[in-house]
Amino acid sequence: MAQRRTAWTRLTTPFATIPASTATTLALAMWVVVIGGWALLSYGRVVPNMFLPTPGTVLETTYRMSLDGSLFYHTLTSAKVVILGFIVSSLIAVPLGLWMGTYRAVQAPLEPLVNFIRYLPVTSFVPLFILWIGIGIEQRIAVIFFGTFFQQLVMISDCARSVSRDLVNASYTLGTKRSEAVWHVIFPAALPAILDTLRVTMGWAWTYLVVAELVAASSGLGYISLKAMRGFQVDVIFMAIAAIGLLGLITDTAFRVLRARVAPWAP
Amino acid sequence: MTETVKANNLDGMASANIDARAAGTTMAIEDVTLRYGDANGVLALDDVSLKVARNEFCVIVGPSGCGKSSLLYLAAGLNDATSGSIKVDGREVIEPGPDRGMVFQGYTLFPWLTVRANIEYGPKRKGLPAEQRKQIVDQYLNEVGLAPFADHYPAQLSGGMKQRVAIARALANDPAVLLMDEPFGALDSQTRGTMQKLLLRVWERQQKTVLFVTHDIDEALVLGDRVLVMTARPGKIKAEIKVDIPRPRSMDVILEPDFIALKRRILGLLHDEIDEDH
Repeated sequence: MAQRRTAWTRLTTPFATIPASTATTLALAMWVVVIGGWALLSYGRVVPNMFLPTPGTVLETTYRMSLDGSLFYHTLTSAKVVILGFIVSSLIAVPLGLWMGTYRAVQAPLEPLVNFIRYLPVTSFVPLFILWIGIGIEQRIAVIFFGTFFQQLVMISDCARSVSRDLVNASYTLGTKRSEAVWHVIFPAALPAILDTLRVTMGWAWTYLVVAELVAASSGLGYISLKAMRGFQVDVIFMAIAAIGLLGLITDTAFRVLRARVAPWAP
Repeated sequence: MTETVKANNLDGMASANIDARAAGTTMAIEDVTLRYGDANGVLALDDVSLKVARNEFCVIVGPSGCGKSSLLYLAAGLNDATSGSIKVDGREVIEPGPDRGMVFQGYTLFPWLTVRANIEYGPKRKGLPAEQRKQIVDQYLNEVGLAPFADHYPAQLSGGMKQRVAIARALANDPAVLLMDEPFGALDSQTRGTMQKLLLRVWERQQKTVLFVTHDIDEALVLGDRVLVMTARPGKIKAEIKVDIPRPRSMDVILEPDFIALKRRILGLLHDEIDEDH
């Protein structure tokens, strides 16, 4: 055997695996750099605290708002909006996307329309939704739905379309009827890709939260950010942003776990 | 033995002398033509006729792109011929069905199902009761020697094992004819030899009608009762060669003079095709 590779060679080899401890160290180092940089800029008064709060202030605010329950309350409201919007969207997009990817007759009428709509900015529809739906939670859910659904539809249809033709052909020679192919072959074959799509679009759903709570909301993380802006409470904005990011991280992990449970056969 | 070797030039005619054992014909392909696209499209198959007798192992060899796989897809009902007819047990083929099992060149196991569930797929579609299904699955798992891997997923298997499962999965449906489209083409030569041996053993025990497509002459002669040689595009049946090498055959058969004589004959026929091509 050749001489053992040095750690540096391993780190700089394309696609090479690195020890788990090294990966963890690198991930932690990144956070240290980001939070350290933030601390340096804020404690060192490089940026006035009016614009950039210190980590200590943000932690203090988080602690205070956790104690009085308001952080939990606003987080819950936001999570409810995002998750409901996401679920409603997914419940329609998964079956419809499967059909769209499977049958040209479904794809032909839908695709041009969907590709038109999915490039429209969600924000431009907010006034319309307020007129149509009002200012309740339904309006906020509609914004999340609108931002997620059309992207999901196109991506899930692609998942279905990329299922191997020979897999479907093989199923026919084993007695699968044409009408059964979607459920028995195309859906299970596309499932890992569909779950990946759901995970990615869940992230997008969170990014529409503040847009959804821009107008007429009376609770939620986006709402308290907007309110904090008026009162120059930068620490609250920071806390809300961190909370949204953390929730995104949790749902992302949940989807990874779900995918590993539901499709253990897929790499 | 060599005097029994026949190589009839058929000149594209539907022929009376193909049907080796006409009495027990399982599959009859008559005057099948396949043209892609419109009337000016590429002619892939030109007036192909052949019969496969019951329990016969019939092999088609031909240069690549001659349409031999296309012919198999037509027989499976996965594609429609431009003209002509294909009958299995007297019934016209109009769509795919479990009476024509197929093993593909690429790996087509359902990756979300375990080995056991893959083999069980056909019997399940048929609506057989669980107890009977289990019996069938166990039988074919043993037949292809994969009982210890019953609960593995396809991704955990080697290429040769995947094709063994694919064979078991097709046989579990008890098809009238087993269509095999270069099933060992993607395997390394050692594994291919093992697979040929296994297929012969299974075929001898199960008594199945097989239509097997390959471009490997050795493979054709080791496996087949009869080898049909196809022309380059447009594909026609050019010659029929009976392989009267006694069974059970071992892999050493490729060293015997009879075998080599047959191989030389087929090589000559195929070389004509390749020369004409250029």
